[in-house]
Amino acid sequence: MPKWFMPLAGINAVMFGAAPFLIARADYESTMGLVQKIFYFHMPSASMFLLSAVVCGVASARFLFRGSPRQDRLAYAAAELAVLFGAITLVTGPLWARKAWGVWWAWDVRLTSSLMGWMVAWAYLLVRKYGGPGSDKLAAGLALFGMANVPFVYISVNYWRTIHPKTSVVPTLPADMGAALWFSFACFLLLFVLLLRVRVHLEEQRAKLDSLYLSLDE
Amino acid sequence: MRLSQTRATETRRQGALLALLLIVLVSAPAVVPACAAESRGDGAASQQPQPQPQPGPPAATDEFVPISQLPAQDQLPAAPLLVTAYAFVWLALFGYLLSVGRRLGKVQREVDRLESDIAKGTRT
Repeated sequence: MPKWFMPLAGINAVMFGAAPFLIARADYESTMGLVQKIFYFHMPSASMFLLSAVVCGVASARFLFRGSPRQDRLAYAAAELAVLFGAITLVTGPLWARKAWGVWWAWDVRLTSSLMGWMVAWAYLLVRKYGGPGSDKLAAGLALFGMANVPFVYISVNYWRTIHPKTSVVPTLPADMGAALWFSFACFLLLFVLLLRVRVHLEEQRAKLDSLYLSLDE
Repeated sequence: MRLSQTRATETRRQGALLALLLIVLVSAPAVVPACAAESRGDGAASQQPQPQPQPGPPAATDEFVPISQLPAQDQLPAAPLLVTAYAFVWLALFGYLLSVGRRLGKVQREVDRLESDIAKGTRT
């Protein structure tokens, strides 16, 4: 692992320890009250979910067109993170919606397209695990569709009639709510970078293991 | 003659009674509501404009509404949902870290074992 990894991991742990205090100090939203504070972890995890899908898609495209195994390892790692952050998004969202909207789930464009993106990430992992020979390229094709879904998820709230808050909410946040949100966002972004690096390292070690077995066979 | 005078007197009496009865019947719809209003205490004085009530302290609560009678959305306490959401985030992240650490440790041990085997020139 690189030298920068452990200091950054320590900083990230301190940041995650401080985030709840900033979130607690932020004002209550006028209509939703306490439950709106789920937003401070929901939105950053959703952003990391979309970022993971983009990283996975770009790396998969480079793997498909250039055949770089390094890009394939990066795509595999990013797909796993898309499943992780997607799960966080799809669990915290309904917990918030239950109080704010009165229902756990609505077949809204934003929610449905997010669920589709998460299922594509799952499909990528399942193809990689059970697809047999050639599954890496098949999964890379799936990742392209996963990436194509990302802009659709993002703009859906602005173009379709939906009950999900629009993207225009974030720039209009008052100072204390904005500080809590962007601090949480920084926490999740750093965590994403660290987890991606660890997960890529795991794939590198697996590749090394394969090459060791091959060298033993020869 | 006397008989005819008696009949005429009786006829006039009956006519007077009928006239009285007609007067009572015609005037009753107008008189009865007025009497009823008089008995309720909102007679002619109540026709005058009432002074506007002055704003005062809020009225005392005369009934408690159980929370079960509110709409389902308003009955939900927010705290358990918030705690569940944050607990899930922490559990998911720690669970994933543990999973990656365990997988990495397993692969690392196997790599170390193979490297030492190759160094010794044997395979176990």
